[in-house]
Amino acid sequence: MSATPEDLNAGKTAVRQMLTFCLAEETYGVDILRVKEIRGWSPVTRIPQSPRHVLGVLNLRGAIVPIIDLRTRFDLPTAEFTPVTVIIVISVKTPDGSKECGLVVDSVSDVVDLDPSALRPAPGMAGNASSEYIESLATVDSGMLILLNVDDLIGSDLQQVGSASRAAA
Amino acid sequence: MSIDLAQFHATFFEESREALDAMEAGLLEIDANGSDADTINTIFRVAHSIKGGAGMFGFNDITSFTHTLETLLDELRGSRMQLTARISNALLQSVDVLRTMIGSVQHGLPAEAERTASLHAELTSLIAGNDPGSALGAAAEPAIEAVVLPAAEDSLDDIEFTGVVADVVPVVAAPTQWTIGFRPLPELLTRGNDPARMFSELAGLGTLEVHADLGALPEFASLDPEVCKLSWELILTSEVPREAIELIFEWAEGDCELSIQRRQAPVVAAVAVDEPEPLDAELTAANVAAPVALAVVSSAKPVAAEAAAPKSANADAGSIRVSIEKIDELLNTVGEIVITQSMLSQLASRLDGVTADRLKTGLAQLETNIRELQESVMRVRMLPVSFVFSRFPRLVRDLSQRLGKQIKLKMTGEQTELDKTVLEKIGDPLVHLVRNSIDHGIEMPDARVAAGKPAEGTVHLNAFHKGGCITLEVSDDGKGLDRNRIIEKARSRGLVDPGAVLTDEQINDLIFLPGFSTAEATTELSGRGVGMDVVRRNIKELGGSIELRSDPGVGTRFVINLPLTLAIVDGLSVAVGEEVYIVPLVTIVESLQLKPGTSSQIVDHGEVFSFRGDYLPVIRLHEIFGVEPRARDLHSGLLMVVEGEGRRAGLFVDALLGQQQVVIKSMESNYGRIDGVGGATILGEGTVALILDIPGLIRLSSTWQPARRIA
Repeated sequence: MSATPEDLNAGKTAVRQMLTFCLAEETYGVDILRVKEIRGWSPVTRIPQSPRHVLGVLNLRGAIVPIIDLRTRFDLPTAEFTPVTVIIVISVKTPDGSKECGLVVDSVSDVVDLDPSALRPAPGMAGNASSEYIESLATVDSGMLILLNVDDLIGSDLQQVGSASRAAA
Repeated sequence: MSIDLAQFHATFFEESREALDAMEAGLLEIDANGSDADTINTIFRVAHSIKGGAGMFGFNDITSFTHTLETLLDELRGSRMQLTARISNALLQSVDVLRTMIGSVQHGLPAEAERTASLHAELTSLIAGNDPGSALGAAAEPAIEAVVLPAAEDSLDDIEFTGVVADVVPVVAAPTQWTIGFRPLPELLTRGNDPARMFSELAGLGTLEVHADLGALPEFASLDPEVCKLSWELILTSEVPREAIELIFEWAEGDCELSIQRRQAPVVAAVAVDEPEPLDAELTAANVAAPVALAVVSSAKPVAAEAAAPKSANADAGSIRVSIEKIDELLNTVGEIVITQSMLSQLASRLDGVTADRLKTGLAQLETNIRELQESVMRVRMLPVSFVFSRFPRLVRDLSQRLGKQIKLKMTGEQTELDKTVLEKIGDPLVHLVRNSIDHGIEMPDARVAAGKPAEGTVHLNAFHKGGCITLEVSDDGKGLDRNRIIEKARSRGLVDPGAVLTDEQINDLIFLPGFSTAEATTELSGRGVGMDVVRRNIKELGGSIELRSDPGVGTRFVINLPLTLAIVDGLSVAVGEEVYIVPLVTIVESLQLKPGTSSQIVDHGEVFSFRGDYLPVIRLHEIFGVEPRARDLHSGLLMVVEGEGRRAGLFVDALLGQQQVVIKSMESNYGRIDGVGGATILGEGTVALILDIPGLIRLSSTWQPARRIA
């Protein structure tokens, strides 16, 4: 699914600010309003029976937050975690309410202002599951920016975990 | 009125509910111990304050219903009527009807108009079908209204009931009464005067009765909130000098017409209201004295709703209502402080020198204080079990009547305290168990007598602390479980192999299976769609367990063990490889290290080891959780004997790290549920540790196959 009509309409009225980050040579962006904080990598507590891309959980000022490796999520070759590896903590809307979740990315690049006219719908890319989570594409000075729809990307993930283990229980 | 009364609705609903609870409790007490004047008075007051509140907010259905109810109660109170079973039933039903009515105005639920009407009629007929003595009382009521109504016509809605407040008047030996006529000029409000404040100051001097004259109020549309069109008639019962009253109105002087007149109040006996003569005299006197011609029934209780406020303030003096979210927030913050504190302690332990010692002493002191703070906050969330138990007298009474059984309810340990969240969720399972006991457990009176037992059966609810848990027991002295029937049923449903031989415990366990219900025995009462499996599931969700003991012919006892709170758990931290897990202390039986050669492998059944004559399965935590362990040989690690839902197992871990109290954090709030994990907590150094769900792990391990391993 690409951008919903509401998203596009909202985009037409105002310039959107995007936090951009790098992941295996590509530049991605998430709406800055979704970003709760950016923090350095620290070892996570592994959780059993979780999908491979869920690395574990971290303590985020008292809340237990799952950490998702975006490389694994997008079937990219894994990279080593170093102190410069970055976790972007975002809030995700799920049917169960708003949840927080950390995304492990290679590095955070910039905050860019995107004019709605710069947004292009993502073309249907056959066979690539992750294209469902691309809201739109945008052209910036440095090249192409892939805007992620985190609700679809992570929300469905968190949803699956919950229901899968409930079904198993 | 220009004030938006809707903002007070919530308070009214809440207070009315509490009032109804009190009323119900009172009625049940009368039922059990016979009628006494105090209790009837209490019930009367309750009905009265609901009426007052409802009248003030314009809930006319409730007002008219409670009015009738009050009339009946008044008859009882005046001893002109005897409390019969029929009346007592009607009164209890009134409580239900009122609850429904309040619910219907609050949530817009459908009102049970028919039931209300029929009960209303019943109440009326009870009042009418009274002995001649009551005719006096019945006549008094319209008489009062007759005096009042003319005045009420052109003024406020609720004056009607103000007048009808034929309330009990405390016996006061001729107190001084001041009649204060307060007619402000229209500009009063623009000069910084606030009548409400003056009145509350007056109320501080003695008992104050306030009557507002709304006659001059314009249509709402043309109402100017800054122009005062109201005037008041105040009656202050107090021994203060005139100057004290004048002082209060000092600032309003010149902006109002003020008249202060002293008069002696007649002595009014507590039952005066039942005698028409003094009452009439009183009313007449009041009418003469009151230029606005508001009917005034001599009194400490002006408008019922106003009277309700001080009363409830007295009842729970020194307590406030706090929303549970605020307490949880507080608890969370305290939890954070505990974590920060232990982080600081760990840092300080690495320091040396004199200053470091002082720092450590200070931190130790801080730790003590924080623990105390944490306990205090936890206690705020605790409520006595009686909050849940209080609904049972009514339930038992109604059910036993309907079933024709004689049942006595015994409750002990009602003061045992339990976390509010746990308390709220344990109510329904308990109700189910009590229903079961009454419906299936206790026999009919003749069957009991034939079995050599007293005709009256007993259902016993008990609560007590045991270790770090609270135990709730529901027991009856009925016929016990019919094990043969249960087995039969289980076999017919394919829940048990036809040839299987089961122990008594295993048979008892069968009734907790989903889909198990002895169908013929399911009646209107127990067949409410909630099975014992749901009861067990609810209790398990609270981190508790339920056991059942039953002896044929002697009775059945359900024992529910619950954690005191859902927020904190005592646990042992254990290590498996790099990971740290918390094992709840209550589940641990013993920890031991196996000698080589004391465990054995059973084909298709995994490993077992011998523990005090029993063979227990080994659960290798590292395998189930997919962690790389340090110890793989059973004798090189540690085996913890754990117990959950009556099953024991040996949990194999690398090492024991220590014991600590941890704050339980939900995994579900940001992630989802994980089998075998009850939650998570944050350790001193800020890292997350998972709290094991032992019953879940035991279940998981029995179905677990190595192939399912997720690395």
